[in-house]
Amino acid sequence: MKAWLSHHAQAFKGALRKLAGQPVSSLLNVLVMGIALALPAGGHVLLANLQGIALRFSLEPQISVFLAATAETSTRDALDKSLRADARVSSVRFIPKSEALAELRKTPGIAEVVAALNQNPLPDTFVLKLRPSRPGEMDGLASELRKRPGVAAVQADTGWARRLAALIDIGQLTTAMVGALLSAGLIAVTFNTIRLQVLTQREEIEVARLLGATDSFIRRPFYYVGALQGVAGGGVALAILAGSLHLLNQGVRPLSETYGAHFELGFLAPGDAAAVAVLAGLLGWLGAYLSVSIYLRGIEPK
Amino acid sequence: MIRFSNASKRYAGGQEALSNVSFSVDAGELVFLTGRSGAGKSTLFKLIPAIERATSGSVIVNGQNVSAIKPAAVPYLRRNLGVVFQDRKLLYDRSVFDNVLLPLAFSGFAPKEAARRARAALDKVGMLSREKLNPIQLSGGEQQRVAIARAVANRPAVLLADEPTANLDADSAAAVMEIFIAFQQVGVTVLVATHDLALVQHAGRRVLRLEAGRLVEGGDPE
Repeated sequence: MKAWLSHHAQAFKGALRKLAGQPVSSLLNVLVMGIALALPAGGHVLLANLQGIALRFSLEPQISVFLAATAETSTRDALDKSLRADARVSSVRFIPKSEALAELRKTPGIAEVVAALNQNPLPDTFVLKLRPSRPGEMDGLASELRKRPGVAAVQADTGWARRLAALIDIGQLTTAMVGALLSAGLIAVTFNTIRLQVLTQREEIEVARLLGATDSFIRRPFYYVGALQGVAGGGVALAILAGSLHLLNQGVRPLSETYGAHFELGFLAPGDAAAVAVLAGLLGWLGAYLSVSIYLRGIEPK
Repeated sequence: MIRFSNASKRYAGGQEALSNVSFSVDAGELVFLTGRSGAGKSTLFKLIPAIERATSGSVIVNGQNVSAIKPAAVPYLRRNLGVVFQDRKLLYDRSVFDNVLLPLAFSGFAPKEAARRARAALDKVGMLSREKLNPIQLSGGEQQRVAIARAVANRPAVLLADEPTANLDADSAAAVMEIFIAFQQVGVTVLVATHDLALVQHAGRRVLRLEAGRLVEGGDPE
């Protein structure tokens, strides 16, 4: 265990030496990786923020429930009670048909038409405000209500919310595709870096093999180089992202104030930020693994 | 300690570099391997740390048949052998001390113990005062000593040296030979390949002589 730890410590130091030995190319690699990672990470951040806005706008989704003209008072009271007890519903307003008619009379031009009617054609209505929810839930509640006794019609405007959700889905898919492509690019960058290092250290590798170094001892420092470069690239990506959001927010803040709201683009959740760095490290490791597996094979002592 | 039994080595081109070589070297012996260049000395040498494999016959080192050893076991075999290569194979991107430290780095020694052993090895070959220099700053004889220090840093039971006195002046060559004799005296089995017959005669040890891939002197009776 102690030997194992000391081997890893050695490999880690060796990797730092290798990176420090070529500071310019190491920095450039890290920068390239950072930029490549910042794109999908940035896309993810913007979508997450957009989702937040969508949720805020749909804070007050409404459902109107129109009762049948034949509905009994007891049915109406039962419905009223169950709606008020429903966890998805935040407020219930009952508009009796007389009130609705009185409202209609105030509309210019309509009053004469209303006066000509000998009975009130409007139904009793419940206007429900819902708690913030996914668009699907709203549809579910609406179709549930349609089946209730005494309910003539239910109107739920979920179209725009569904459209926004679909757009966000497309955005997420695009981000995922861009992320996958750039990840492959990141693997390729590491692959090439490690290939060059293996070739320039050919002599050292050959001597180490002759003196009894195991294959894993020889490979380990290269894995560390790949992983370290990846993690550093992930760090750069997060820094680019934080900087960009800071700049964007200087524009977003005054814009949101014109809407009477206070809104700012938020950064990645701490878990997501850590995931970016870890993923970058894994990709770097993978690139190093592939490269070392291919190019070490050619180096056998003679 | 080392036992070749009818060992032959044929390269891919069809040329037979070693034919039916049989000999043994006992533990604690110092033996010279001589022959003209092209006689097969280097090939015979490469069979011992499994750099090359015998095409037929067997090569036993310390009880282990190295002509049939698994690739994964090769590093552990090599750690128990100290090898001084004909071209020395020193690394010129690091100090003398770091060169000697290299084989200790992967043998599981704690850093302090590894450094202690590397210095002890350099001390034995009289190069401790040069530990901070780059090998390129040293003379051929000094570089050879560093190569020997690296070979013995792990304290192997067997020390192999391929033409260790090539390109050295007579004094340096004699000094290097003294080092091998000193190692034998502390119980190390030493096999030295050389074409320097004067040196061999002066040392007065057993000699194996190769001629065109065949052992013509010092081998097992056929």
